[in-house]
Amino acid sequence: MMHLFGDPAVWLPVVFAGLMGVSILIYVTLDGFDLGIGILFGGAPEPWRDRMIAAIGPFWDANETWLVLAVGLLLVAFPMAHGTILTALYLPVAIMLLGLILRGVAFEFRAKVEPEKKRNWDRAFFVGSLMTALSQGYMLGLYIMGLEQTPWTIAFAMLTAVCLAAGYALIGAAWIILKTDGQLQRRAVRWARRAVGLVALGMAAVSMASPLVSPRIFEKWFSVPEIILLAPLPILSGVVLAGLWMVLGHLPDRNDRWDWVPFAGAVSVFGLAFAGLAYSFYPYVVPERLTIYEAASAPESLMVILAGTLFVLPVILGYSAFAYRVFRGKATDLRYD
Amino acid sequence: MDAVMLARIQFGANISFHILFPTITIALGWVLLYFKLAYNRTGDIKWMDAYHFWVKVFALSFAMGVVSGITMSFQFGTNWPGFMERVGNIAGPLLAYEVLTAFFLEAVFIGIMLFGFSRVSNWVHTLATVLVACGTTLSAFWILVLNSWMHTPVGFEMRDGVAHATDWFAIIFNPSMPYRLAHMLIASGLTAAFLIAGISAFRWLRNDRVPAVRAALRTGVTVAAVLIPVQILVGDMHGLNTLEHQPQKVAAMEANWETGPNVPLVLFALPDEEARENRFEVAIPNGASLILKHDPDGVVPGLNDFEGEHPPVAPVFWSFRLMVGIGVLMLVVSWATAWMLWRRGDLSVWSARVLVAMSFSGWVATLAGWYVTEIGRQPWLVSGVLTTAEAASAVPAPMIGATLAMYLAIYAVLITAYIGAILYLARKAGQDRPTMRPTAPKTPKAVPFPAE
Repeated sequence: MMHLFGDPAVWLPVVFAGLMGVSILIYVTLDGFDLGIGILFGGAPEPWRDRMIAAIGPFWDANETWLVLAVGLLLVAFPMAHGTILTALYLPVAIMLLGLILRGVAFEFRAKVEPEKKRNWDRAFFVGSLMTALSQGYMLGLYIMGLEQTPWTIAFAMLTAVCLAAGYALIGAAWIILKTDGQLQRRAVRWARRAVGLVALGMAAVSMASPLVSPRIFEKWFSVPEIILLAPLPILSGVVLAGLWMVLGHLPDRNDRWDWVPFAGAVSVFGLAFAGLAYSFYPYVVPERLTIYEAASAPESLMVILAGTLFVLPVILGYSAFAYRVFRGKATDLRYD
Repeated sequence: MDAVMLARIQFGANISFHILFPTITIALGWVLLYFKLAYNRTGDIKWMDAYHFWVKVFALSFAMGVVSGITMSFQFGTNWPGFMERVGNIAGPLLAYEVLTAFFLEAVFIGIMLFGFSRVSNWVHTLATVLVACGTTLSAFWILVLNSWMHTPVGFEMRDGVAHATDWFAIIFNPSMPYRLAHMLIASGLTAAFLIAGISAFRWLRNDRVPAVRAALRTGVTVAAVLIPVQILVGDMHGLNTLEHQPQKVAAMEANWETGPNVPLVLFALPDEEARENRFEVAIPNGASLILKHDPDGVVPGLNDFEGEHPPVAPVFWSFRLMVGIGVLMLVVSWATAWMLWRRGDLSVWSARVLVAMSFSGWVATLAGWYVTEIGRQPWLVSGVLTTAEAASAVPAPMIGATLAMYLAIYAVLITAYIGAILYLARKAGQDRPTMRPTAPKTPKAVPFPAE
């Protein structure tokens, strides 16, 4: 069975790299919107905060599980890479974890403590979300720079940190536009518009920097015919971002019929950026050092995981969709009864 | 301190912090299901009141467990890169199955369980509660399979220094797994039971003695009284299993230096590894031989047979005594209060105070038990396959120390906040009680009481 599609030592790593990529993309999209709302929390007046929380309350937990799956797949499918990447990123990982801890519990605590302590947990939610987003962006930057740490790469990583946080703020604002109405929704439109610029800057910076850092990536993008075949990727990104900017100028519309457009736009931006990165780095899992083939676990173990994944993943997607359906429509107050 | 020790303390601190919360949620999920089913069956609102109070504790505990669990999944790589490189072919699929079958299940359905009561039908809500309870238990299953395999590894072969699975059935049902899993699940039951009994007694002492409080109190005390004798039996079986597979751990638990018959049960001692003897020993003659071999002449292994390859003695010895001591206390308290509730129909002030004091006793016993088994496996990370030192990362000690300080600070804040929040919820529940209550299961929205 294992040899049905050729040598499993060749196709299994590709399949797992794909699964890991999909998990990361789903993670940044889903947890992106609830992290983004955490970032926007800092600038939101108190009366709106419960509503913003209500928009993500039933979802955030499952959203974060995609991160566990992504890092889990890295751990189980590419154990060599897992150790190398995580020890190289030791400090930003620790800061991200601290941020995730803070925001995850703040969520619960703010609703359960004495009223005078609620404000502190609101602050923890904002700070934790921001720390998480910044450290993830920083890690992305360092990863693009081949995990080298020089003043230049660190400066670049700081830029990607800010831009990823802006990306999360964008998708978070888009989620608020989708899930709320009235004043909060109007404010979210303004937040989203402000974030679009920073996201465009970030995508441009990454697109220019990665070919400059790596001759291999330069070759992959700028040789013929690749340059023509790949041209739609940056062009489409530009078009979507510009379109998003324009649509936001006209929202909210009278019947609120287009409230889903900014979210769809933000998801497309994330998808396009991800596709570009994935193309650049394939087949490396540790940039320029370790390919997915070199880092992969034994084929027998990967088969065991794959069999389970193919069976369970559709089920997970099914009941996740069910949960989003249960809580569809504009967000209402969170109640246990 | 060297980097390996700091990495161990850091991982140990995180995993200790983490286990506190699953220990509550694994069993509390099933208790919530019991409340829900009791309400469905009787229509008595007290069960739904109990559900609504304890579901808040569940949500809080669950969030604490999730965030500290995410930390763990990263610390495998940051602290022990050698672990996955050497035994990743076995640990990997087990962890993957935990994420796929357990984490998503509980994370998705907890949303519906917490906030979906008025959005889905009653049976879907009950089903969500079932699935969350199943998810937490499945998660315990997979992680205990992996942990047990690290103690008693079978079903694999080493090729070029890397473990390869040869028999998945043997790996999953490895020799110590059934005992460890049963011991941990019952520990979870006891932890949740004493928490429920303790917090209910706290409310009872504050004159908040509504039917929901009494129902929860009765549930907690009953579960505790039923589980504790089972736990003592399972613990004994687990100990005998350890004696068979990891004799050096049992030798450290008993602080027994020389292999031989008629080994006494040491009640108190300061084990001295330099001199390889116990100071200030107080012991019952033949006790250890009787317990471990069920025969006063039974031969019990001693630490000197494993010199240089046995765990540090004092922490294992003391953790074991702490765990057993709390277990005995749990037996006395749960049976005494159960008897009192049965004969008098109510608590006395003193018994209520004792229950309050025992609220978090399950945490202490669980941690002590984990220290026995995990420190007891040292110097190995995977018995006979990989030492802890071999698996450590090359991250410099100061960086581990700095992040350790950061983790410890945040954990201290969170534990304080967690206990504070539970006590606040308990006080508040007694104050803002709606006067009118819906009585039939079909009118959940009649008198809404907010989650916040």
